[in-house]
Amino acid sequence: MVDHRASLAVFKLASCDGCQLTLLNCEDELLAVAGKVRIAYFPEATRGVLRGPYDVALVEGSVTTPADAERIGEIRAQSRTLVSIGACATSGGIQALRNVGDVEEFRSIVYAHPGYIATLAHSTPVAQHVAVDFELRGCPVDKGQLLELLTSLLAGRHPRISTASVCVECKLRGTVCLPVSRGVACLGPVTQSGCSGLCPAYGRGCYGCFGPVPGANLASLAHQLAVLGLRPEDITRLLRTVNTAAPEFAAESARQEMMSR
Amino acid sequence: MTHRSKAGGRVLSVDALARVEGEGAMHVRIDGGAVTDVALRIVEPPRFFEAFLRGRAWTEPPDITARICGICPVAYQMSACAAIEDACGVSVPTEIAALRRLLYCGEWIESHALHIFFLHAPDFLGYDGAIEMARDHGDIVGRGLAIKRAGNALLTVLGGRSVHPINVRVGGFYRLPGSDELAGLRPMLLAARGAAIETVRLVAGFDFPDFTQPHEFLALRPAEGRYPLEAGSIVTSGGLAFDVSAFDTHVVEEHLERSNALHARLHGRGPYVVGPLARYSLCSDLLSPLAATAAAEAGLGVECRNPFRSIVVRAVELVEALDEAVRLIDSYAGAPAPYVEVPARAGTGYGATEAPRGLLYHRYSLDAEGRILDAKIVPPTSQNQASMEADLRAFVQARLDLDDDELTRQCEMAIRNYDPCISCATHFLDLTLERTAG
Repeated sequence: MVDHRASLAVFKLASCDGCQLTLLNCEDELLAVAGKVRIAYFPEATRGVLRGPYDVALVEGSVTTPADAERIGEIRAQSRTLVSIGACATSGGIQALRNVGDVEEFRSIVYAHPGYIATLAHSTPVAQHVAVDFELRGCPVDKGQLLELLTSLLAGRHPRISTASVCVECKLRGTVCLPVSRGVACLGPVTQSGCSGLCPAYGRGCYGCFGPVPGANLASLAHQLAVLGLRPEDITRLLRTVNTAAPEFAAESARQEMMSR
Repeated sequence: MTHRSKAGGRVLSVDALARVEGEGAMHVRIDGGAVTDVALRIVEPPRFFEAFLRGRAWTEPPDITARICGICPVAYQMSACAAIEDACGVSVPTEIAALRRLLYCGEWIESHALHIFFLHAPDFLGYDGAIEMARDHGDIVGRGLAIKRAGNALLTVLGGRSVHPINVRVGGFYRLPGSDELAGLRPMLLAARGAAIETVRLVAGFDFPDFTQPHEFLALRPAEGRYPLEAGSIVTSGGLAFDVSAFDTHVVEEHLERSNALHARLHGRGPYVVGPLARYSLCSDLLSPLAATAAAEAGLGVECRNPFRSIVVRAVELVEALDEAVRLIDSYAGAPAPYVEVPARAGTGYGATEAPRGLLYHRYSLDAEGRILDAKIVPPTSQNQASMEADLRAFVQARLDLDDDELTRQCEMAIRNYDPCISCATHFLDLTLERTAG
């Protein structure tokens, strides 16, 4: 019998495994999803491998080595729809902190024989190398958004993923604004939603897991953070975590770093 | 899987070793009926965490180092907090320590359930993966999912989310859980505890190769009371006992050309093993009565030296973690504050906790303003790497009569015994078995 189900492949570049784990963490939906697709390549879950081309490829991780720069081209060539998932794949991830450091020095700090290590000077998102059909943000991605993405792709419609800011989620959740009420530094106004306003609900400021919201006004936020008492070096660090190389965050952190010198 | 023939020999290769966290490569070479080389290559791209931690604030390692591993982020957060609090001379109140232990139970439950049901059991039952296994053994996979769900629910309540929890900070938590929130988890955890006891019975009935190894075991052992998790000092089966702060004088790390992970050895003694087998063999007397009974029923003695039976030990630890979680919830009566202040000061601090895969060591040196001058992280998988290679060598040598397919399959299984987390150790697992006639 011919299997007409769409084939799904899950690939990993430089990353922590957390985004593909989010798929395995869909305990209630996993077997249903698995019934709707042919899992053609997902080494973390199965030894079985089907040849491409694949209908849907999910790519976790950033490009950090010459080998992965080649591999992402091969993945693109055998994937009808390619979706990058998570902060590493969409902005370069936390390992993009190398982009503002000296990678040669990094290599010698961690490894006794730096010559054994093949690495690129920058950690870059998938879209910087190949065309990407959709980007799912987050560190890690949100389970609900991941399921919405998969079901919409299987149904042949565009995924309904909000690009509102975390502030909107706090309002929906009824969380009192932390910067306003308690003077807590928060990236919520410039960060895309997806986490359901998680950190503010736990009493801590947003630290930017879902990356910059479209039209983010970083200059205004940086001014407000300075009013709350943050020094330029503090603002620099706040913007340089899991989405450090996202263009809006990178530009503002570079500006703040200049001011702190 | 591809097969290639070479004049006078055979080479067998698998592109990527499946069902491990991350990717790596194993190379086994057989010449003239003898195993001549075994190498576990870890070529996961390096991510340089220890380098970019330099210059960061002392409050940042819990969020930053969590990103080393999506499967065991809590382990990184707990070892980071322990090391920084040590550097700053702060110890957290018992209520906070108990909540940390509870959070850690959630991670053990989620991680062990993932490994037992998704990564390891398919080897014993003859499937490529759990999804394939679910067609014939829906009840078993369903049980695994239920246990995993309970672990993730606990992580979500206490940590905010299960992957990269946001509620952990140096000094404690951002927000304390309500007693009602924790009590709400109780029925799910109790059901999962029952399912875990069933799991011990199930996996104890698997067929295990007759294979034991003489490795030195290393684990934390708490000064008082309970099975090692978030605290303790280090003991080994060879009789060493030392404080976490002496880790660097006892453990040396080597950097080999084939691997992007560093290999750890005990100074003057050689390879050692961390993880479930080590914890169980060094601390089985500390198991809860329920977990101890499950272990005895499964036929485990006071120690376990067969790496293939690690799946049984992992199931016993699942019972332990679920039982401990219920106990901690029942004894929770709030805390005076979610966290204690941890003012920065110059100095060096050491922290070690028991990640699901074994001891995870962090060391930080701070300046007077709390800027990190130097960071060192030693994950479980790099500590186990030398022993994994030794296992492979001994295992293959005794099974040269098997055909390449079967031998490769069993080698993969021997690697999965250790639940290697190659994201942690850095990762690309590519298994090749090379034979030349002789």
